[in-house]
Amino acid sequence: MEIIGLTIDRLHEALRAGATSVTEVCQRTLERIEALDPQLGAFLTVNRDEALRRAEELDRDLARGEPLRPLTGVPVAIKDNICTKGLRTTCASKILHNFIPPYNATAVERLLEAGAILIGKTNCDEFAMGSSNENSAFGIVRNPWDAERVPGGSSGGSGAAVAADLCVVALGSDTGGSVRLPAAFCGVVGLKPTYGRVSRYGLVAYGSSLDQIGPITKTVADAARVLRVIAGRDPRDSTSSNHPVPDYLAALDGEIKGVRLGVPREYFGPGLDEEVRAVVWQAIHRFADLGAEIVDVRLPHTEYAIACYYIIATAEASSNLARYDGVRYGYRAQGATTLREMYRRTRNEGFGAEVKRRIMLGTYVLSAGYYDAYYLKALKVRTLIERDFREAFARCDLIVGPTSPTVAFRLGEKTEDPLAMYLSDIYTIMANLAGIPAISIPVGLSREGLPIGLQLHARHFEEATLLRAAHAYERAFPFSHKPPL
Amino acid sequence: MPITKREVEKIAELAHLELTEEEKEQFTVQLAAIIAYVEKLNELDTTDVPPMAHAGRDERADYAQRDDVVGEGLGSELALANAPDPARGYFRVPKVIEEG
Amino acid sequence: MAKREEYEAVIGLEIHAQLKTRSKIFCSCSTQFGDAPNQNTCPVCLGLPGALPVLNREAVRMAAKAALALGCRINRVSVFSRKNYFYPDLPKGYQISQYDQPFSEHGEVEIDTAERDERGRPLAWRRKRFRIRRLHLEEDAGKSIHDGMPDSDRASYIEFNRSGVPLIEIVSEPDFRSSWEAYDYMQYLRQALQYVDVCEGNMEEGNLRCDANVSVRRRGTATLGTKVELKNLNSFRFLQRALEYEINRQIEVLETGGEIVQETRLWSEAEGRTYVMRSKEEAHDYRYFPEPDLPPLVVSEEWIEEIRRELPELPNHRKWRFMEQYGLSIEDAATLTSTRALADYYESVVRETGDPRTSANWILSELMGLAKAAGIEPFASPVTPTKLAGLIRLIAEGTISGKIAKTVLEEMFRTGQPAETIVRERGLVQITDAAHLEAVIRRVLEANAAYVEQYRAGKEKLFGYFVGQVMRETQGRANPQLVNDLLRKLLMGG
Repeated sequence: MEIIGLTIDRLHEALRAGATSVTEVCQRTLERIEALDPQLGAFLTVNRDEALRRAEELDRDLARGEPLRPLTGVPVAIKDNICTKGLRTTCASKILHNFIPPYNATAVERLLEAGAILIGKTNCDEFAMGSSNENSAFGIVRNPWDAERVPGGSSGGSGAAVAADLCVVALGSDTGGSVRLPAAFCGVVGLKPTYGRVSRYGLVAYGSSLDQIGPITKTVADAARVLRVIAGRDPRDSTSSNHPVPDYLAALDGEIKGVRLGVPREYFGPGLDEEVRAVVWQAIHRFADLGAEIVDVRLPHTEYAIACYYIIATAEASSNLARYDGVRYGYRAQGATTLREMYRRTRNEGFGAEVKRRIMLGTYVLSAGYYDAYYLKALKVRTLIERDFREAFARCDLIVGPTSPTVAFRLGEKTEDPLAMYLSDIYTIMANLAGIPAISIPVGLSREGLPIGLQLHARHFEEATLLRAAHAYERAFPFSHKPPL
Repeated sequence: MPITKREVEKIAELAHLELTEEEKEQFTVQLAAIIAYVEKLNELDTTDVPPMAHAGRDERADYAQRDDVVGEGLGSELALANAPDPARGYFRVPKVIEEG
Repeated sequence: MAKREEYEAVIGLEIHAQLKTRSKIFCSCSTQFGDAPNQNTCPVCLGLPGALPVLNREAVRMAAKAALALGCRINRVSVFSRKNYFYPDLPKGYQISQYDQPFSEHGEVEIDTAERDERGRPLAWRRKRFRIRRLHLEEDAGKSIHDGMPDSDRASYIEFNRSGVPLIEIVSEPDFRSSWEAYDYMQYLRQALQYVDVCEGNMEEGNLRCDANVSVRRRGTATLGTKVELKNLNSFRFLQRALEYEINRQIEVLETGGEIVQETRLWSEAEGRTYVMRSKEEAHDYRYFPEPDLPPLVVSEEWIEEIRRELPELPNHRKWRFMEQYGLSIEDAATLTSTRALADYYESVVRETGDPRTSANWILSELMGLAKAAGIEPFASPVTPTKLAGLIRLIAEGTISGKIAKTVLEEMFRTGQPAETIVRERGLVQITDAAHLEAVIRRVLEANAAYVEQYRAGKEKLFGYFVGQVMRETQGRANPQLVNDLLRKLLMGG
């Protein structure tokens, strides 16, 4: 049977029916990666031998009559800024080119316990800093829908791998939209959970108060399955919440009749591509057809979000990236005779331009004399943005809008202008600043045949509501397009 | 507040980055543009607004503490497994010379 | 230094104390000292990518005990901050510390302090209050080894066993006016931390470390002079000597028309002087900001009160009570309260003997001497309080003489047997039978007839000789008072 392109439940049906084996799924997937990835560049490391070994082990378990676990036999790709024990984790940076973590991220550990097969590590923007995946030290990722376009960033490899069926699901990380933007650009589902919903232990930190690991999947149901596995309190992450984890899969069923869908006018202002606007509005009307109630809401501080985000994220990053000093792991510049020289050359040779730019900006906004004017100010504006959502959610249950102002842009189009690149995140960073969950689902194609993403936001820890609405839409209006590979 | 090349050099020093002349010029221009953009925040009056430094939503995160129990660590061999220059059970680095 | 008297010093101390938790402050690695390099490490304390800190509950509890012992107010909410700087033994490139919202603030201790003469003997003790600005929690860094390796001329060696050991930093107000005040405060701080059982207080092992800010000004002026930061004051002696050196250096600079430069100086014990480590221009910009990986630390009033209730009597109060209640001198009271265990030992002995003076004497002069020779703490010897009290009781009852008692104590110290057993088995009971003693004395006098004559002719110094002979005859068991009385009578009478 054709096992490429299956979702988790279809794959499990096939395994249960004996129509395929985990080993076969694994082999087919590896073959497809071998065939397609040289053009795409989605993977940095393919976990070939270990994946096959584990597949055989899982097949033996199944042959012994063990029941399927939630992700048994599911080939999962992991963004290369999430630590995998014994498997190179580079963050797409020269400074970690040879780093082999001695431990698994909690999310990875939970995927493995659920029976998943770790098929490989995906390319991304260096240290998750970027919106196009052009900042990887190990090459760009091409959009499966159009090889001349970006897949979105920073989890571009994860987005492209899922879209191109090089895996069933992938993990990305989302600091300012890094799961949702590639999902939108690649025509797949991307979920950023509530801050604290998924453990950050083992996720290499970029902006610690904003980072969340999230799934990139072909369907909303798959996102629910993966979230169910990776969510929940982790004693290794002090910011992970002990809020109960509901059965997200069970929560998918049910009406969205009467759900109040807030439309913030700030998400439809200047800068939004007309085609994207039209497709997103069409989707909103479809939600109304499904029984949702459309309400006007305001998020008045949206226009300050990018400024706020780039101060907070870079401030935290400047500190988070101080540990890459060539002392304990990773790249070390050769031939330095003093420590100072070793430090400076290691960091200069090891980091790429965007990372350096953000370290510089973050160092600047925290430095003596500028802290109050920039960093503290941004923290206060962050409070205002969170209040915006609180007030909006008093009038609605979900907030809807485009994921990105444009469809996937051309490679190289924005690399010369960092600020223009930052503006791609305009609709996604709000959720990170407020700490709320958000999902991007594909709702249509542009005339050029590029996917357009719609984004839904929910209140803190209301992923179930988010997934139910997205699932209802997906069931009624399935996105059946496939990239021309 | 326009950013000067002198400031770029100072920040690079703080961040332990050794920038080339070209990078310095480029960053001066780019950071100036970004800083000019983020000045936008000054349009907002935030006098009585508390800063939001933590994104967690739990009021009392007592459970976020651990008991004083010794657990299994990596041990020295694994600790040094990724080291660029391990020697005698230590991480070796070029001589630390105090500045000043 | 003719002008020395015209100046006063203004000193503030920053003390770092390692808390004696079993595991580190943000991970479960052992805090054990002396293991193989990098043995007690994990992703968290090595600063591996993706690792996150989780606060040790016991470290918070110990910090609270220390804070309350030093009269600090514990903040209901405190915040961890990152202090950013590069050093190879600082694995994350920042230290997790506390900055603008520390764990506790506004402490004060009242202690005895005294200037000392050239030989270090206290002149006049007086009580003085010193304020504590803040006490906060932070993590220790690893260790850099710059010397002693074959290639130490071009390489440094780093290890991380100490990385993440919990510290409290105790910052005083600039309330010290002399090196001895700073010395006495530091001593008290160590003692208090040991009393509340949160720090070993061993400066040699580095679990208590001290930096100082020093300036001088003319007496009577209120403005502060330019301050110099002194580092590496890692013993009580270094602290006092370095401060003294620095105070004199600054006075001399001012007296010769110079200006004090704001800078950091290191104390070199070998050279007996301080030298410049870095100047103000090179001062760090630490870029503190709230640690996003740790939620704010929230404690309740009930929790604070529960810890307050568990606190023992603090060393200064115990010392003053000993002076008042037991009539001890300040020196004796200070020695007996130097550790909580010794003070407990003393009070147990007093409870049984009802004689605070004698109990103090036996501990201070005899027991401590034996313990010191054996290299153990007096309270850890086999001579329990009950046993020492038993010995003291035998003396009081006249069963043994004080002199014999010293021998008995040595035996007790060696074997752990009770005094009664030793006295009985070795027949050391004092001879108080006058008839028996009179017979012995007569024998001694007969055998020394020539000396008796000399004595009677006026050579009274010989009295001691006769006493000695009687004691020899009785193996020291004769009651000394009775010997004196009888001897005098017989020498007079003939």
